[in-house]
Amino acid sequence: MKILIVDDFSTMRRIIKNLLRDLGFTNTDEADDGNTALPMLKSGKYAFLVTDWNMPGMSGFDLLKAVRADDSLKTLPVLMVTAEAKRDQIVAAAQAGVNGYVVKPFTAAVLKEKIEKIFERIQ
Amino acid sequence: MDRMSDKEKVHRGLEPEVTEKLRQQSAELSKSVENGDYVRAMTLINELGEVRDQSLYREVGRLTRTLHESIRNFQIDPRSAEQKEVLSMMTDASDRLAYVVQMTGQAANRTMDLVEENMPVARAMRDEASALRDDWQRLRRREMEPAEFRELYGRIDNFFVSLTQDAETIYGGLSEILLAQDFQDLTGQVIQRVTTLVKDVEEQMLSLVVMASHVDQLTGTVHQIESEEVSAEQGVGPQIKAQEREDVVSGQDGVDDLLSSLGF
Repeated sequence: MKILIVDDFSTMRRIIKNLLRDLGFTNTDEADDGNTALPMLKSGKYAFLVTDWNMPGMSGFDLLKAVRADDSLKTLPVLMVTAEAKRDQIVAAAQAGVNGYVVKPFTAAVLKEKIEKIFERIQ
Repeated sequence: MDRMSDKEKVHRGLEPEVTEKLRQQSAELSKSVENGDYVRAMTLINELGEVRDQSLYREVGRLTRTLHESIRNFQIDPRSAEQKEVLSMMTDASDRLAYVVQMTGQAANRTMDLVEENMPVARAMRDEASALRDDWQRLRRREMEPAEFRELYGRIDNFFVSLTQDAETIYGGLSEILLAQDFQDLTGQVIQRVTTLVKDVEEQMLSLVVMASHVDQLTGTVHQIESEEVSAEQGVGPQIKAQEREDVVSGQDGVDDLLSSLGF
């Protein structure tokens, strides 16, 4: 199962990559914003998307909307891992069809819980 | 103190001799109009206009001088050595912050390198220990063949050797992770210096803004300021003082509560 991690900071991508590996997900790719992520998603057969919100270029929120608007991607599970903590933003992300929302700073346990919850719902 | 008295003058508006002149001339004006002396009235109106312009010029002149003084106090004149230093402080504030980003990035990557090196060591140690423990239990239950026991004997011997080495490796890794946190001291100092600089600049900017607003008041200038709303869609970054704000969640529990209240 292939997972795409999108964050503009390489350290955060690395942290998420390590945590995912501990959870047994070893097949991961990285992108630094929505503009690089979207073509990868369209051609890469990813089973799961983990994205930050605030990134230069295309934001994670716009990426989420683009994924939901694309026929081949619209069912892709999306987990947002972000420092964005405004109520309006969380509501907007939920309405745009996000499957999980983790606010930074986060713990390994929270990330695990959210990912497991998302996969439970899919199965 | 000089600046304070200037401010007071501006707040009071016109100078006493000007108001006195205005009063005199307006009385004379209404008298001329009553008497039907319109030529005199028009002259008076012109004079009134001149008085207004002159006092305006004087105020603007004074404010311009104070503004000029303040700009000089702003310490952006690079001619003296002392001010050169201040200027370089201003211009390299962003270099300093870039240095903070670089240092924190380096520390994070160094820490993660060490964690990634040491995790497999710890995992291998755990796996071998638990395998040995299972076999040891079998030995104690006398479920082991002599040949198997001899093999276990050798493995335990090897395990002790590698355990010493691996524990040493992990200990060394942890010490280096500890050292990698030394950036906090350096970046902390840099950030504090930049914070002080920002505060100074803010104070001086504030007095410039106050003066500029006085000029605007006197000249009757109204600015069309379009406030640029930051788009929450692009993202606004981490929230400071989240606990004190109504429109921001203060952590993962807040997010979970909000989403479940919406039925997600």
